[in-house]
Amino acid sequence: MNSGIAFRTIAVKEIHRFFRIWPQTLLPPAITTALYFLIFGKLIGGRIGSVGGASYIDYIVPGIILMSVISHSYSNVVSSFYSTKFQRHIEELLVAPVPNWVILGGYVTGGIVRGLAVGGVVALISLIFAPVSVHHAGICLSIVLLTATLFSLAGFINAVFAESFDDISIIPNFILTPLSYLGGVFFSVDMLSGHWQTIAMGNPILYMVNAFRYGMIGATDIDVALAFGITGGFVILLTLFSLYLLHKGVGIKN
Amino acid sequence: MNALSLRNLRKTYSNGFEALKGIDLDVEAGDFFALLGPNGAGKSTAIGIICSLVNASSGTVTVFGHDLRRERDKAKNCIGVVPQEINFNQFETVSSILLNQAGYYGVPRKLALQRSEKCLTQMELWDMRNTVSRRLSGGMKRRVMIARAMMHEPKLLILDEPTAGVDIEIRRSMWKLMREVNGQGTTIILTTHYLEEAESLCRNIAIIDQGRIVEHSDMKSLLARLNIDHFLLDLADPVAAAPVIEGVHIERASDRVLDVSVPKTFGLNQLFSRLSEQGIKVISLRNKSNRLEQLFLDLIDAKASGAAR
Repeated sequence: MNSGIAFRTIAVKEIHRFFRIWPQTLLPPAITTALYFLIFGKLIGGRIGSVGGASYIDYIVPGIILMSVISHSYSNVVSSFYSTKFQRHIEELLVAPVPNWVILGGYVTGGIVRGLAVGGVVALISLIFAPVSVHHAGICLSIVLLTATLFSLAGFINAVFAESFDDISIIPNFILTPLSYLGGVFFSVDMLSGHWQTIAMGNPILYMVNAFRYGMIGATDIDVALAFGITGGFVILLTLFSLYLLHKGVGIKN
Repeated sequence: MNALSLRNLRKTYSNGFEALKGIDLDVEAGDFFALLGPNGAGKSTAIGIICSLVNASSGTVTVFGHDLRRERDKAKNCIGVVPQEINFNQFETVSSILLNQAGYYGVPRKLALQRSEKCLTQMELWDMRNTVSRRLSGGMKRRVMIARAMMHEPKLLILDEPTAGVDIEIRRSMWKLMREVNGQGTTIILTTHYLEEAESLCRNIAIIDQGRIVEHSDMKSLLARLNIDHFLLDLADPVAAAPVIEGVHIERASDRVLDVSVPKTFGLNQLFSRLSEQGIKVISLRNKSNRLEQLFLDLIDAKASGAAR
């Protein structure tokens, strides 16, 4: 059994899937984020002044890029893998001698590529509104890859447990979006007072956004090494949990 | 060598339902084997376990000598499956479905392209290779699933009600395809509710009921056990009442049709002679019911009355 061929088959199928429906997958984030940049960056941001030593629009660009990466890597895997279950073509993979890590790796790769593609589109849109600089390319690239991996894995786990299409929208709508908005995309954690600051520090997305912001403009509210530790730790944890679910056949086998 | 061996296979679902109560089954390599049973008997569970879609509670599955747990890849490589319901991505083209399937089995792209041409040609679908699969007719979709199952050249092909819901013309053409595939050396296990299909195609048979194998033999021996044949006789002239012949049960179905149950020991020659003696001329004869169907019902009924006792 050549696992490399199986992995490539799943990954290419997944990437081809979202590129084929680009008006649904790549166009909407371009429009949404253009509006963010226009309204929050230009119109309102012009009156806010500087945050963390940068203009407000420069400050929010990294967060908006990473927020897009988070939501799209998650939604790619959760919708694709759930559809695979719902339409029962998961059976093609279960009948074949495809190792579990190949199934997981193939779907997560699709999620990562979608996250990076959307992140790239949003970064290009941001160039219209602000000069995008890169303070530390290595940090930018590694944190965006880790974040896309983490949320692709989270999307996979959501899809494994989902029993209806409602189940794949609950977490993005009621958990992921609030955590993203409260993850320091539009504000510095220093702006929060007392216990709100403590609560905000419990949001893992805050660490990823700040590490990415540090990579782009050199400004951060948190220790970047800690951000890598937390994100990497979650990636390992969710990978192991996903493999355990596949091994047990949770949600996909009787 | 056995293509498939099941030993003490059991499955109890999480709701407590015991779908398989320890079944043993052997299917010889090269066989065309029927696995029959009423709805809910355990057929789909057994097939699900063989195809790794259902986790067995206990027992072993061996495919061409490879234990499904210990030699997972080797065992799975031997199996191709055509499920009851359409389970391919209906937004993909026929060609993509087949090439992806080959990829899951690690078949290199160049070889996969050659095999997809061969399989699609055999299934008379080559002209449809670039068609999005949801646009295909029901019969074509079934043939896509057979072509897909053949992409890694399995030695054991499991067909789970492959002709369900297709018209008689397509069914006959699929029988021809299945015979060809079996003729090329592929072992086939067929489940079907069309018992004439099993009788026509299969050499050996197992009947499963309430999670147990209630019959496991070759088709000829099984059919030989049926000692009464049922016929409808079309008559040249109308009859007012059913004739009386000792040892034969005759009912008048209509003016010109008799419903006859004849013991094999009695024989048709004797029946026709006796009817002729009574001035009744038979112009044609039809099988009233499928022979296997009769046996199947007898076996299931016997089991049910045994359980009731």
